Amino acid sequence: MTQGQGPILRVENICKMLGGKKILNSVSLSLNKGELKVLIGPSGAGKSTLLQCINFLIPPDRGQVWLEGTEVQHHRKRDLYALRQQIGMIFQDFNLFDHLNALENVSIALRKVKKMGRSAARERALAQLEQVGLGDKITLYPAELSGGQKQRVSIARALAMDPKIMLLDEPTSALDPELIGEVLSVIRDLARGGMTMILATHQIGFARTLADEVLFMEDGRIIEQGPPAELLAPNARTRSRDFCSKLDELYEENL
Amino acid sequence: MNETLFAILEALPYLLQGALVTIGIVIGAMGLGLIMGVHMAAGQVYGNRAVRRIVGLYVWFFRGVPILVLLFLFYFGLFALIGLNLSAFSASVLVLGMTTAAYQSQIFRGAIQSLPQGQLKAARALGMSDLTAIITVILPQALRLSIPGWSNEYSIILKDSALAFVLGTSEIMARSHFVASRTYHHLPLYMTAGCLYFILTWIGVQALLKLESKVRIPGYTR
Ligand SMILES: Nc1ncnc2c1ncn2[C@@H]1O[C@H](COP(=O)(O)OP(=O)(O)O)[C@@H](O)[C@H]1O
Ligand SMILES: [Mg+2]
Repeated sequence: MTQGQGPILRVENICKMLGGKKILNSVSLSLNKGELKVLIGPSGAGKSTLLQCINFLIPPDRGQVWLEGTEVQHHRKRDLYALRQQIGMIFQDFNLFDHLNALENVSIALRKVKKMGRSAARERALAQLEQVGLGDKITLYPAELSGGQKQRVSIARALAMDPKIMLLDEPTSALDPELIGEVLSVIRDLARGGMTMILATHQIGFARTLADEVLFMEDGRIIEQGPPAELLAPNARTRSRDFCSKLDELYEENL
Repeated sequence: MNETLFAILEALPYLLQGALVTIGIVIGAMGLGLIMGVHMAAGQVYGNRAVRRIVGLYVWFFRGVPILVLLFLFYFGLFALIGLNLSAFSASVLVLGMTTAAYQSQIFRGAIQSLPQGQLKAARALGMSDLTAIITVILPQALRLSIPGWSNEYSIILKDSALAFVLGTSEIMARSHFVASRTYHHLPLYMTAGCLYFILTWIGVQALLKLESKVRIPGYTR
């Protein structure tokens, strides 16, 4: 593996048509180790589609993905599964496995994908749940957890796989306002710990303080990108700035 | 009255042996139907066009032809044609099993399709193959949701198993008929047969209700 100084993830010219509509129009981006890039843009811009094209949950029509300098051959099943193990993904609506308790949700992939033994997987899952502050909730099932707790379990589930990159798709958008903070604080800890991440979010305040770069997406393209201080500065004449001030009017941000 | 009771009591051990045969047919058929049905449902939901088409045709055929016709068709026709020399019991299990497989596959398919899509996505995102995801994430939930429908199918197959009588399988119906036609105690014997089916239905349905509550996911309501 060629792991020089280059970006850990490079995505080039991703195109995707869905339902006869161009959802992604030649999107490219790259991500260095330890970077946090925040993806913003109106609903329907293609953020979710882009994130899912990166790990081929949605196969792009065209375009390439490089992980640590190696192009992903996603038609080879083995390469595809290996790629997905290295990219953690967090969904807006958690997607926990409903029939498994918190501990099993985190340990199942360790056992079935990483082939870890039962007790090793259990220990790892426990440590991971403790890290997100759920050490006392491990025997509860998804239906017994609050939205914020569910999202933290899903973060623990992804982290347990030791991913090199995390893709977070609006992780707080399905949460009641009072539960957003607990999830953002876990993400903040991750960012400070040097995790490489792409985060789609409408939490602009959060993005502003933590992002290395903001990507503004509209109509299937990244139309602006740059450091938050530039793009989102109060006097910046950018689409990102307009979009964010509209959001600010809509929600009172508490962070 | 006494004579009636006596006729029943005298025939009871013989009929109870028939009940064991009936139970054997039903367990065999439901088991075969479960194994085939799960595969067919998975094939119909996740398979390619050809697989979906084949499963569709299979279901269409077995739902469209009466079991009585199927029993004759397979026992006297198709099994012989492929050189399979089966006992009446095995043939009954196979035909009822293949029939219930068609219905069970649709119970499982409905359950699979009622699950939220996102869980399969999450499983794939963790690096699971589709097969692993289906086995560890989809089926455990789909099977739980299928228990009520499966219980219904059990009661139907139990009653359909009486048709095995026409092949000469010595189950409840065949034995009642045999005794009744010799002793002319038709009414008490067929009533006893009816009661035996009733009791077996009740036991099975109760057991499946128990199972359903035993595997219920905590906090889960739907
Ligand atoms: N399976 C699909 N078929 C047709 N259109 C789709 C499909 N999935 C998403 N879209 C459309 O793609 C666009 C982008 O969706 P999405 O990536 O979810 O945007 P975002 O996450 O930025 O809100 C939307 O207009 C949506 O309606
Ligand atoms: Mg989205």
